[in-house]
Amino acid sequence: MDQFLQHCLNALVLGGTYALLGIGLTLIFGIMRVVNFTHGELYSFGAYMMFMFVMLLHLDFFLSLVLAMLLGIALGAAIEFLLLRKLRGADIDTTMLVMIGAWIAMQNFEQLVWSGVAKSIKTPFPSSPLVIGALSVSWNRIFVLVVALGLILCTYALVNRTRLGRAMRATFQDSDTAALMGVDIGTIYMSTFALGSGLAAAAGALLGPIFVVTPTMGDLASLKAFAIVILGGLGNIVGATIGGFILAFIEELGAGYISSGYRDAMGFLLIIVILLARPTGLFSRKERIG
Amino acid sequence: MKRLGTLAGLLFLFSIPLWLGNFYLLHVLIITGIFIIAAMSLNLLLGYTGQLSLGHAAFFGIGAYVSSLASLGFAVHLLPDWLVTLDPQPVWLGMACAIVITGLCGFAIGKVAFKVRGAYFVIVTISFAEVVRLVALNWDELTQGPMALNNIPPLSVVIPGLVDITFVGKPANYYLVLVFAILTYAIIARLVRSRAGRAMIALKENEALAASVGIDVTKYLVLAAVVSAAAAGAAGALYAHYVRIVDPNVFLFIYTVTMVIMVVAGGKGTLAGPVVGGVIFGLLPEGLRSLAIAPEVQWIVYGVLMILVVYLLPQGIVPALRAYRQRSRSLEPQDAPGANASARQAMP
Repeated sequence: MDQFLQHCLNALVLGGTYALLGIGLTLIFGIMRVVNFTHGELYSFGAYMMFMFVMLLHLDFFLSLVLAMLLGIALGAAIEFLLLRKLRGADIDTTMLVMIGAWIAMQNFEQLVWSGVAKSIKTPFPSSPLVIGALSVSWNRIFVLVVALGLILCTYALVNRTRLGRAMRATFQDSDTAALMGVDIGTIYMSTFALGSGLAAAAGALLGPIFVVTPTMGDLASLKAFAIVILGGLGNIVGATIGGFILAFIEELGAGYISSGYRDAMGFLLIIVILLARPTGLFSRKERIG
Repeated sequence: MKRLGTLAGLLFLFSIPLWLGNFYLLHVLIITGIFIIAAMSLNLLLGYTGQLSLGHAAFFGIGAYVSSLASLGFAVHLLPDWLVTLDPQPVWLGMACAIVITGLCGFAIGKVAFKVRGAYFVIVTISFAEVVRLVALNWDELTQGPMALNNIPPLSVVIPGLVDITFVGKPANYYLVLVFAILTYAIIARLVRSRAGRAMIALKENEALAASVGIDVTKYLVLAAVVSAAAAGAAGALYAHYVRIVDPNVFLFIYTVTMVIMVVAGGKGTLAGPVVGGVIFGLLPEGLRSLAIAPEVQWIVYGVLMILVVYLLPQGIVPALRAYRQRSRSLEPQDAPGANASARQAMP
């Protein structure tokens, strides 16, 4: 029983960051119809920026987190402006190929700059974990969960309570009509991509200090984010949040009780099963694209 | 005239091992040839039916593993007290198994493609490849995991009293790959110029319309997927018996990406496209390596080229060349002869 609770606790922490990744991707995928292969790169970008600020420039840990996220937002905006703006209206395969090219170039650029050696990041949290009965959890992980939940709530509020959010939802429903009603689609696309990228970078910056940072850490993150998006339904923030936690629980319990070698396979099997059984996602009432 | 040109091109290709003394270059050509076969098979799905499969490395890898395991033999516990064993089989039988089994996987993927389309199909195929890779990595008893399958026997063809060839060494394997490539090209050419091929193109262009005039969409999608997967499996088996070692890295996404670049750069939906793209992107890494730059930079160049190709030649090299020739020659419309002319020049 204790072991089971410990697995659940770990899953909760992991689920928070998965949800961040999933929300970022579901916004981009849902609003822009772009299968964003650079999402995982933004995740590892966030982690590397964290490494640079904390370990090389010796900045404050919390300041570094904010900076990493802001740089992620800037990089996302740049990608949208340089690569995607000209391709608006192109079919989904074309933009996907461009994003795959960008992903390869970015990942290898990272490998060139930082080398393939895994990096670790120091945290200001006490090294002794918080112990409750038979359970233990490190302070760093609690911090990650709290920040992730905070960011999820902020994003939810941004999309549902602000003018920008309303314009984003309108674009999601029908971009032509939204444009006719005076929504500047270009700005919406750029802010969507920047926001999604910022969330991915935040997820990387949060998880970087828990695990180690490597250039290929984003690959699995990308694919898992796709799994979460499919689980939750396109453009559905609540669905992506729940999907993130579901994936984390399945992975954690699958690794704990079935086989740790197949931990990462759980997500992919889940994608295949869900798409075959319920192609619109678990929580979506919207039409799927494609 | 056309046939004469094709014959000259083929003669040139068959003569290469006779005058090319450099075995390393011959090795590069063999690997390029294997990837061209895989790219041609991907083109059938991507170019003719319009389904982007990003799990194509899975078929390649399954072909490699099935053929190797059949020719090496294995003993594996499916349940703790249920042992399944297979004695080593002749290599040609292993390759046949590889083609049949990848064809069956293609059948399954084709059925799936009917249910989920577009971006979702892409993600299902990626997931499929990733699951297969993780199985190859973790099922030690069968695949040796990261230790890789070693000492895979080379292909040998023995017909008592008639033929007894073992394909070891570069020239023999070069001819083997060349013959397979020509066969694959011929099969795909025959398929896409048939009624089935026209049906596939129709369903790519406008599926609703195609279905409304009575084209059985599922049937042709599944047919394309089966042929495509089987050809990719054959390429994987050729690869396994040439390099004679297979590890789970054959399933890596980057191999699928390489095939996609070859098809898209060369021109999807053209017979010559994957061949032209395959020659360029098969030889390009060697060119970049001879410039002595880091592998990371090579991959950055790869990625940037991929973006540039989509921007500058969205249709690919072959259709661009064809359009250029048409413009420079006359206003007279041309179709098939132009395609064959470029195909002839570009055969590997």
